[in-house]
Amino acid sequence: MKHKVIDVKDVVIRFAGDSGDGMQLTGSLFADMSAIYGNGLSTFPDYPAEIRAPHGTVSGVSGFQVHIGNSDVNTPGDFCDLLVAMNPAALKANAKWCKRTAMILVDQDAFDEAGMRKAGFKTDNPFNELGVEDRALVVAPISTLTRESLKDSGMDNKAVSKCKNMFTLGVACYLYNRPLEYIYQYLEKKFSKKHPEMIEPNKKVLNDGYNYAANIQAIANTYTVEPSHNLKKGRYRNITGNQATAWGLLAASEKSGLPLFCGSYPITPATAILEELAIHKNLGAKTLQAEDEIAGICTAIGAAFAGNLAVTTTSGPGLSLKSEAMGLAVMAELPLVVVDVQRGGPSTGLPTKTEQSDLNQALYGRNGECPMAVIAAHSPAHCFDAAFQAAKIAVEHMTPVILLSEGFLGNGSEPWLIPAMKDYPEIKPPFVRGLLEDGARFKPFERDPETLVRRWAVPGQKGFEHRVGGLEKNHAGVLSTDPQNHEQMVSERARKVELISRDIPQLEILHGPAQGKLLVIGWGGTYGHILSAVHEVGEGVSYAHFDYINPLPANTEKVFSSFEKVLVCELNSGQFADYLRARFPKVNFIKCNKIQGQPFLVGELVDAINKEK
Amino acid sequence: MATLTFKDFKSDQEVRWCPGCGDHAVLAALQRALPKVSQALDYAKERYVVVSGIGCSSRLPYYMDTYGFHSIHGRATAISTGIKVANPWLTVWQACGDGDALAIGGNHFIHAIRRNIDINIILFNNQIYGLTKGQYSPTSKLGAITKTSPYGTVEHPFNPGSLVLGAKGTFFARSLDVELKLNEEIMTAAALHDGCAVMEMLTNCVIFNDGAHRSLSDPELKADNTIVLRQGERMIFGKNREKGLIYDGKKIRVVRIGEGGFTEDDILIHDAHTDNIGIHMALADMKGPDYPVALGVIRDVKDITYDDGVRDQMKAVASKSSIQCVDDLLNSGSTWEVL
Repeated sequence: MKHKVIDVKDVVIRFAGDSGDGMQLTGSLFADMSAIYGNGLSTFPDYPAEIRAPHGTVSGVSGFQVHIGNSDVNTPGDFCDLLVAMNPAALKANAKWCKRTAMILVDQDAFDEAGMRKAGFKTDNPFNELGVEDRALVVAPISTLTRESLKDSGMDNKAVSKCKNMFTLGVACYLYNRPLEYIYQYLEKKFSKKHPEMIEPNKKVLNDGYNYAANIQAIANTYTVEPSHNLKKGRYRNITGNQATAWGLLAASEKSGLPLFCGSYPITPATAILEELAIHKNLGAKTLQAEDEIAGICTAIGAAFAGNLAVTTTSGPGLSLKSEAMGLAVMAELPLVVVDVQRGGPSTGLPTKTEQSDLNQALYGRNGECPMAVIAAHSPAHCFDAAFQAAKIAVEHMTPVILLSEGFLGNGSEPWLIPAMKDYPEIKPPFVRGLLEDGARFKPFERDPETLVRRWAVPGQKGFEHRVGGLEKNHAGVLSTDPQNHEQMVSERARKVELISRDIPQLEILHGPAQGKLLVIGWGGTYGHILSAVHEVGEGVSYAHFDYINPLPANTEKVFSSFEKVLVCELNSGQFADYLRARFPKVNFIKCNKIQGQPFLVGELVDAINKEK
Repeated sequence: MATLTFKDFKSDQEVRWCPGCGDHAVLAALQRALPKVSQALDYAKERYVVVSGIGCSSRLPYYMDTYGFHSIHGRATAISTGIKVANPWLTVWQACGDGDALAIGGNHFIHAIRRNIDINIILFNNQIYGLTKGQYSPTSKLGAITKTSPYGTVEHPFNPGSLVLGAKGTFFARSLDVELKLNEEIMTAAALHDGCAVMEMLTNCVIFNDGAHRSLSDPELKADNTIVLRQGERMIFGKNREKGLIYDGKKIRVVRIGEGGFTEDDILIHDAHTDNIGIHMALADMKGPDYPVALGVIRDVKDITYDDGVRDQMKAVASKSSIQCVDDLLNSGSTWEVL
């Protein structure tokens, strides 16, 4: 049979194995290599909450999906073209994600009696049992071949076993015609300092995997995915959402001249932001790993009072713990960014899975009349701009801001055209200036008549001594229980947040006409999936996406009023739709929801849109 | 710099504590201590930030004409920590009560001590919840009858000193609201101490727990029931300075000078600066009727502070890094060019 090289538009690969099998690394390497090659790209890790769940069980399966294309790639892909399953459990957990035309590569050695039993197979034919017997099956003795490959290396069994993932990566590289040089460079860099002896064995296994794939009959054809021509020219890098969030905050620190302070407590899936900021002490970032979530936000509030760009990062349950302190920041009118990387809830919920179910908590989860600005990131790279904007709004409007991210965005990655900081606006803190007149006292809650923003007097400035706190005060900063004063201050704090709408962009139609029958809308991390879906549906539907949730863009009502109905797609039971209904009671909103801890599938959205079209 | 006086630290706000409340005296001591601290350390007034949580004593920042933050229940220590780390040039004072610091805020309290962050915490201990009108606190004596313990509490109280020293605190002092002069001394010592300084002030709540510390404050009783510890001085107490503390190899004991063969030379000399936390622990734990309650600076030792550690590490990392601005960061690591 003659070997054919087939050029395809895009390819989705899913690497799955035990959580210790190195599948996250294998997937990341394949993604990075493809990014450098110039493909459009999106990735999504799908991993269990347990660090090392019982070996070989379905609950311990860790997956990493990579979607590469010769054009823009907006999602990690619904179903895969290649599934790499390192054991029976990985096959069981992921078979449902295979296309009808998919190839499935498994490690034959792991499909022994014990492996099959742990995964809960009832028969001795796992492919039949899962209904994937008609896929292209490559059953390769990967463990044996890896051992064989390294038999002269002098490495122990455990170390040899850790190289298995390189074998699968070699197979994938052959199948998709990827050059191995990038991976060589990676291995050299990773191991050169501490374990130089690991470089050659890993390279060898990678090569042997590549050659194995070239020699077996099961792989008749290989595929190429050409570089994307839609990519703008310039320098690129891969970035995850959590990394982009951290860097956006650092950018805001630079543009505001305020040192960055992050007080946080580790929590999945937000921890990587704290970890990332902890690296960058060279840029003046101070990170404080607090004793709990409450101390995380309270140290940040203290830092804000002392004049820093203050941030706290968390995920759903942590946001609950911070509620009272967020109220304090609202009352003291201090700038603060609260990053919530949402996960499946309620309570501990699905810690490693994605969801958009903290919206109500972000909007309403505090005692009293307690409005906060809420903005949402829509893709991994967009987390940079969203974090920058959150900080800019917080500082310039003297208010706490919640930035909603999602596990899907935080852990997901995409190539990013590296911006230049000269293209970003300055952030101007509303500091008090000059000196007070003799005998005059600083009035901390006196407001700018246009924006209702108060002035920021940072401790250390002579003559501006004042007190802030959680008790209601008048403009002079004096405690007041006067009924009229309370009503006025409540309304001013709310109006101050509403007025932020002057500083945010208008809502744009991203697809389709500006009026018509159906407008599809979303917010946050559903962006890529909805965009792919409306592209697939084509005509007869328009699409707009909300990065700003409170306040909404000023033209929101105008956009809505140009459509007969508005389909609101979100990964919760309809929280954004309900929020919009309360504001725009005349608009016909239809809910499109998914609450499975997983992103939408493009196919699901296409069906939902066609139903309403 | 113009010399500051206590008037500079008095705000124009009316003090709203009950007449006879012990908090008045602590506030007065603080307003008298800070001018001395300012002179000793050459601090301008605008360097002071006074932070509090929630409770009667937490109203204190409103009465100080400094930068102030009246925060939320239990969280003063976390707010203070943030202020100090954000700007170590500021000098942070904190007022909090026994409920605020040891119940709802217990976690922040012990961790600030563990980190040895350079803040000065005045812990007002009246052994009762005053602002919520008379419920028992984590320092109320076992069996205390209060509104939420009408038949007496069945839980043991914290001794704040043991808690501070158990967390390896570097500074602990104890005093009574009425000891104005001693309190000024303690506050000045706390200000001079680099690190987390905890000052337990035994205060009287005239409304809900009147006389809780009477055995320590009554002029007739206090000489026998308290001992004021001063650096380098022998631990002698009693109406006629006839009693002293010795260490018998196992524990501290009270002896009468001139009796049982004990002379003044046998009496312990107080050393707040010794690393030996055991002796400080033993002193902090003393209570009646067998022992006098120790007042004064019990422990004051040097150790690295959290805020200095943060600063030094940042300097060290920055001096080695090739990344000097965000543009450097964005272009660092693995990147590629699309032409």
